[in-house]
Amino acid sequence: MIPTKFEYAKPSSLDEAFALLAEHGPDAKLLAGGHSLIPMMKLRLAEPEMLIDLAGIPGLTGITVRDGRVSIGAMTKHATLAASEELRQHAPVLFEAANALGDPQVRNRGTIGGALANGDPGCDYAAVMLALDATFTVAGKGGTREEAASSFMVGMFETTLSPEEVLVGVSFAAAPASAYVKYAHPASGYPLVGAAVVLSMNGDAISEARVGVTGVGDHAFRAGSVEKALAGVRPSDRTALEGACAGSAAGVDVRSEPAAGAGYRSAMCDVYVSRAVLAATRG
Amino acid sequence: MAFTTMVGAKIKRREDPRLITGRATYVDDVHLVGGLHAAFVRSPYAHAKIVSVDFKEAKAKPGVFAAYSAADLKAAGFEGSMPTAAELPGLQKPMHPPLALNEARFVGEAVAIVIANDPYAARDAAEAVVVTYEELPVVIDMEKAAEGGPFVHSEIGTNVAYEMPMKLGEVDEAFANADLVVKQRIVNQRVVPCPMEVRTMLANWEPGPAQLTLWASTQIPHLLRTNVAMMLGLNETKVRVIAPEVGGGFGAKLQFYAEEFLVCWAAMQLGRPVKYIETRSECFQNMTHGRDQVQYVELAAKKDGTVLGLRMKIFSNLGAYNYMLTPAIATFTPMMAPGCYKIPALESHLIGVFTNTVATDAYRGAGRPEATFLIERMMDLLAAELQMDPVDVRRKNFIAESEFPYPIVTGLTYDSGNYEASLAKVLEVSDYAGLRAKQAELRKEGRYLGIGLSTYVEVCGMGPSAAMPAPGWDSATIRVEPTGSVTVMTGVSPHGQGQETTFAQIVADDLGVPIDSINIIHGDTDKVQYGVGTFGSRGTAVGGAALKLAIRTIQEKAIKIAAHQWEANPDDLEYKDGKITVKGDPSKSLTTAEAGFIAFRGINLPAGLEPGLDATRRFEPPNFVYPFGAHICVVEVDARTGEVKIVKYVAVDDCGPIINPLIVEGQIHGGLAQGIAQALFEEAVYDESGQLTSGSFMDYAIPHAEQLLSFETDHTATPTDVNPLGIKGVGEAGTIGSTPAVVNAVMDALAPFGVKHIDMPLRPEKLWAAMQPKKNGQVHA
Ligand SMILES: Cc1cc2nc3c(=O)[nH]c(=O)nc-3n(C[C@H](O)[C@H](O)[C@H](O)COP(=O)(O)OP(=O)(O)OC[C@H]3O[C@@H](n4cnc5c(N)ncnc54)[C@H](O)[C@@H]3O)c2cc1C
Repeated sequence: MIPTKFEYAKPSSLDEAFALLAEHGPDAKLLAGGHSLIPMMKLRLAEPEMLIDLAGIPGLTGITVRDGRVSIGAMTKHATLAASEELRQHAPVLFEAANALGDPQVRNRGTIGGALANGDPGCDYAAVMLALDATFTVAGKGGTREEAASSFMVGMFETTLSPEEVLVGVSFAAAPASAYVKYAHPASGYPLVGAAVVLSMNGDAISEARVGVTGVGDHAFRAGSVEKALAGVRPSDRTALEGACAGSAAGVDVRSEPAAGAGYRSAMCDVYVSRAVLAATRG
Repeated sequence: MAFTTMVGAKIKRREDPRLITGRATYVDDVHLVGGLHAAFVRSPYAHAKIVSVDFKEAKAKPGVFAAYSAADLKAAGFEGSMPTAAELPGLQKPMHPPLALNEARFVGEAVAIVIANDPYAARDAAEAVVVTYEELPVVIDMEKAAEGGPFVHSEIGTNVAYEMPMKLGEVDEAFANADLVVKQRIVNQRVVPCPMEVRTMLANWEPGPAQLTLWASTQIPHLLRTNVAMMLGLNETKVRVIAPEVGGGFGAKLQFYAEEFLVCWAAMQLGRPVKYIETRSECFQNMTHGRDQVQYVELAAKKDGTVLGLRMKIFSNLGAYNYMLTPAIATFTPMMAPGCYKIPALESHLIGVFTNTVATDAYRGAGRPEATFLIERMMDLLAAELQMDPVDVRRKNFIAESEFPYPIVTGLTYDSGNYEASLAKVLEVSDYAGLRAKQAELRKEGRYLGIGLSTYVEVCGMGPSAAMPAPGWDSATIRVEPTGSVTVMTGVSPHGQGQETTFAQIVADDLGVPIDSINIIHGDTDKVQYGVGTFGSRGTAVGGAALKLAIRTIQEKAIKIAAHQWEANPDDLEYKDGKITVKGDPSKSLTTAEAGFIAFRGINLPAGLEPGLDATRRFEPPNFVYPFGAHICVVEVDARTGEVKIVKYVAVDDCGPIINPLIVEGQIHGGLAQGIAQALFEEAVYDESGQLTSGSFMDYAIPHAEQLLSFETDHTATPTDVNPLGIKGVGEAGTIGSTPAVVNAVMDALAPFGVKHIDMPLRPEKLWAAMQPKKNGQVHA
């Protein structure tokens, strides 16, 4: 790893971090697990002059479940989510995504906050957050704001986070009937298609579905037409289920790459969304 | 203590503890006082004129010692070309300067070297070098390149480096008399070797003794030494090459890289050690690639499945320059195309083509996987055409056990074989009949199981000197030390093949010494007698054979010493259970260690016998060896997505008698992983402008553990009489046998969709497209 020269700071409070951000401006970058940032620095595609490590700031890690709401600190590692019995119960969709993300080394370093703040079009959690209708808590010098997952993601490597803000956590209502399934890129392991589904059931029929999709477009999206079509569907009726999931990527500018062209990816989006629905009903 | 037999035992590799506990020394672990670091400025264009190279800014950077371009090499009196060892009739040998001179011909080609006091300063300075390029037309597609311009080397006015035509047996007659002719265009795609350790090197010039030492991650320390000495005009005895631990090579380190020359040259200019550890991105772009052929194949046969003849036109993409063996690799393909079968007539036209890509060269199998894939696909296509079981078509054409040694039509002579035995075993172990029944059952449920067979034979144990571009022999020295410890110096250069263990096993048995008192030394030209190195599955088949000869010499001398002690006739003595005894009288015995001490002490030796117990021997193989086997791969293809799941893999391989089953199995496992990966995942892609679009592990899919499965391996053991161990090589067999088994399996799964052939890698998207309902009468494939 031969990056350009940089300085390193490890503040012990958010205020200290904000001061450093203000001082160094666009030359500074926040460092969480480093598993998106450092590979970019290695390739010299990112050349920050100051790295501000969030690891020394207390209160940014952990999973809490209170009154049916799950809150997760931004610096919580993928491995922690992947091993959480609480998550497995209250939000299998996130538990499964954490287990499907990267490899043990990546999971042991990377964080949920870093993954979401990075805005990677292949971020597994992005689909999950949309399906969970999660709320993001963002802190800045002037105070804290809350933002819906759906408006946080703007484009490829683009979110509403300003360079002087820190994502401090996410929260969402527990969603026991939920699932994440992923069609992984054979090399990178990132999703070619990642489908997150949260269901409310009325007997054996779906009363309400929220479907988040990642890896397909330039950022994650809710498959609105599929959500509508799923209402009232009995997942055991495969024809009805597949019919409802058809056109899940309609209207999306589907990415094309050697591992999956746009046409194929759209078709796989339908398949994986229907598989996620089935998986969510089994939960 | 009872005598234990080491040969044939499952002994854990002696080299592993240091490797897996991080105590091994690789090139990058060698630190010399005053050491400097190199970085390279590399062409971003696939073909460009180099108008100017400006070092002003770079040289002003902190920590920078020097920067050189081709012009600086020339000014210092160097105007040479990197060598190629390949000799073929009519071969074009365009100049290959170590730094691009006037023109750069592939993306990544080194244009300048910058040397600084640490790798960071070197990289910063390399980025500050201003090179002005003028883009030239680019040619990437090998078939187009063969037709005409633009030319990679305009001075030779063609992209065709060589043509190798062959017409053997009554080919025209065979095709005229055939009941059917099966035709297929087959692409054997380009792949990237990806060893764990990239190319690493450290050169040290000591002006006092005028001694150059090069630490390099190489498979061929001695050949590298010879080449470095020749290029630099140095006395070869003053050049030392050390291959410390080498983190994999797969053929791509059977090479003399320009960078290796340049760090040596720079170290001599500066009088300081110069190290270069390439980045993974550089490794993707600059380490030689493998495979890359387009084959047009026709197979003539009778209705009963008897093959009458084979016709091939083969394009081999050489890349931009002839590296060490670049042009020679593909020549193995037509030579081995007959495979396990009695094919009486063959016509081939092989065309080696330059393109604006990095050179191809040896990669695990090197020309033979392309042959095996070709013939094994054709046999399946023939079976499909005749609606015969692929097993029966193969059996119909097998060379029978009784027919060995068997001269094939291309002039090679297969040493020994029993193809029916390995086929029968793989059918039994995999329960082939049961698999076919299951396949039929699942098809009724709309599930697509595919069963793929590959029966292969390959050529290795490289090889007789007369048939090789480099010497084909190898060497071994054995020294019995005064304490009875045994030092072995082998001329081969193991880098994962486990000879520190297998060679010790052989010596332990034959000389009756405990395995822990045997030290196997390799990879240092100042310690080890000249050796040719490790490639072409030759380490044990040639290096081990030399060791066996040295053991015999030691035994003969030790027997003379024992005979003298007992006033016996040496002819009445023998080595038995690791000791010298009188034939038929076990009451008296002498150990090798005891004989060694007598020889060391120099007292009580027979008249005329020199003191010391050591020997150096060389083994010149009279022929190649031809390992073989039969593999069955079972896949299930998801009809909705085209995803392939390998559900069973059975490999039955025959490399002759086995010295260490664990190591043989390990070699097979690794080979299978690489061969399966070529079938399903790996592909080096250059876009039309010559950019390598699969230049990182984010895009280039080497297999992950979870994409594979637990292999079932078994073996038959057919000895060869080519070498005194009776063994054949096994380093490449798994790779060679597996690729066609996987592709045959997937094509078998897709047969209900009318699919006959899809080129590798079998990405799900291609399979999915082929399984879509036929639209407008068009078949996707
Ligand atoms: C080999 C490999 C495989 C991977 N596979 C996958 C995969 O399959 N799926 C997937 O989703 N991801 C994958 N990743 C990415 C992984 O999830 C990363 O951990 C994650 O994208 C970034 O998190 P991090 O904590 O490492 O952030 P960092 O790399 O430290 O930071 C990433 C970016 O976010 C900013 N940032 C970090 N934390 C905050 C914060 N709290 N507030 C504001 N800005 C912040 C940083 O400044 C930086 O710009 C993979 C990574 C690797 C190396």
